[in-house]
Amino acid sequence: MRDFWRALARNRLALVGGVIVAVLAILAVAAPVISPWDPNRPDVKKILNPPSNRHIFGTDQLGRDVLARMLYGARVSLAVGFVSVGIAATIGILLGSAAGYHGGLIDASIMRLVDLMLVFPRFFLLLAVLAFLKPSIWTIMAVIGLTGWMGVARLVRAEFLALKEREFVTWSQSVGASGFRIIWRHILPNAMAPVLVAMTLGIPAAILTESGLSFLGLGVQPPHATWGNILNEGKDAIELAWWLSVYPGLAILLTVLSYNLFGEGIRDALDPRLRQSAGRVVSRAR
Amino acid sequence: MLAYALRRLLLAVPLLLGITFISFMVIHLAPGDPVEIQSGDMAERNIREAYKALREMYGLDKPLYEQYWNWLSRIVRLDFGRSFAPDGRPVLTKISERLPITLLLNVVEMLIILALAVPIGVLSATRQYSNFDKVTTIFVFLGFATPDFWLALLLMILFGVQLGWLPISGLRSLNWEYLTFWGQQLDFLSHLVLPVLVATFGGMAGFSRYMRQSMLEVVRQDYIQTARAKGLAERVVVGKHALRNAMLPIITILGLSLPGLIGGSVIVEWIFAIPGMGQLMVQAAFERDYPVLMGNLVIVSTLTLFANLAADLAYSLVDPRIRVSRRRR
Repeated sequence: MRDFWRALARNRLALVGGVIVAVLAILAVAAPVISPWDPNRPDVKKILNPPSNRHIFGTDQLGRDVLARMLYGARVSLAVGFVSVGIAATIGILLGSAAGYHGGLIDASIMRLVDLMLVFPRFFLLLAVLAFLKPSIWTIMAVIGLTGWMGVARLVRAEFLALKEREFVTWSQSVGASGFRIIWRHILPNAMAPVLVAMTLGIPAAILTESGLSFLGLGVQPPHATWGNILNEGKDAIELAWWLSVYPGLAILLTVLSYNLFGEGIRDALDPRLRQSAGRVVSRAR
Repeated sequence: MLAYALRRLLLAVPLLLGITFISFMVIHLAPGDPVEIQSGDMAERNIREAYKALREMYGLDKPLYEQYWNWLSRIVRLDFGRSFAPDGRPVLTKISERLPITLLLNVVEMLIILALAVPIGVLSATRQYSNFDKVTTIFVFLGFATPDFWLALLLMILFGVQLGWLPISGLRSLNWEYLTFWGQQLDFLSHLVLPVLVATFGGMAGFSRYMRQSMLEVVRQDYIQTARAKGLAERVVVGKHALRNAMLPIITILGLSLPGLIGGSVIVEWIFAIPGMGQLMVQAAFERDYPVLMGNLVIVSTLTLFANLAADLAYSLVDPRIRVSRRRR
């Protein structure tokens, strides 16, 4: 464990990423306290004001403060990222451990389901599902989580395949521990490290997906501000007000970048060998 | 080889059935009783009417197995019904008008990504920790983190609005009919520049990173040492012995990243107003045009399945080990 912290502390980029991740989380939680303006109060006298001392990031078409909206947007974006990754990880762990531990028909059918889900281009599936549902923050979280568990399932299964042959597992089996107990108490804790890395890297992917959907106007709906729907509203004033299109995008970029740096730092510190499994191309949600 | 191809094809059949089954399940997300929505609101009334049409079209009051059988037998005949949009045209016609555009975009993107990412990956692997490697690594991280729709907005501001060099929407200019033949081609190409640029940026990051990784692994192998030891020029060692082996996993990654690339065309086509499948999908989602959504979903994922299959077969063509042993996971 001490090796882990030492390796992480030596990775300067990962540290910077980690600090930004922490600062963003604090800003999001403290938004109601630190926000200089009410994010939803329109002001007809301040429509599309460029950035100034009073409104650092300017105001939007309704005269609302962009910085305040972005702070509140961070709450939504981070919450969607965390909850949807939580859902995805739960499903992935359940199915992946069942497949890896039991093998045979269970394994085969779960893995075929994974193959099947991976065939759907994610945005097409998301749009088809969202068109049937009443849009809300909760549906967005659920839908992103339910379409994003396949990577974790594969990962957990691979870990289980390797771990279930080890002595401590055969020992527990020989003293008659139940399958559930062996999975939950013995194998899973040993398989959690790569899952935590995958979750850290899954959060930015979920944030990108949410902001993409909200940008299309099919994600989180106004009056809730999210970075994606501020960009969507700003798009109509693109020739007049660059600040509406630049700052929220920068926020997404910075958030995703920090989470990626931090997540990859954790991965390298946990196990340098993991660096070689460069499966990132696949895990990127688009 | 033929036996292998046939086996892969057979394995695709349950996946095809699965695609139709999942799409079928999506239809059932529709609320059972549309009367729940009670409001004079125009938008909500449209939704209610869409639900009603949906129930009639798929017979949602019949037993499930009968519904699925009907759905399946329609799909096999490529009958996706008629669009709920006012024009009411068959879904298949709508999709077939747009499919070539999306395919063209994706093929062009793929070729550009490969043509650039392979040399970039090779160069940064053979010069690990050089300045070139560091700069490309920065670009890789930026590529992963940049939302494609935001990049599109910025490029539209810069090249479309400020500089006015490139068109920012559609595939043809208004005066297209009055242009000469070559003028028309040039006009078409200039409309493709920004969308292709946006779509390739993110994909480039992944592929060049993967290529670098793959190359780094291959360079450590014994046969590369042997090649060096027998005095081959570095150019031959890298360009012939290493590159060929490092390219192998790229084919698999190409297949695996296809759904992502195609999914990415939703946002790109929507922003740049390109009349492809992605734009159709977003419009249909807004208008709750269920037949179009379902048709799109089934056709796009079936195409992805076959593209994956093609990538698998290509892989087994260039790497005979795959054909002999069962496929590794």
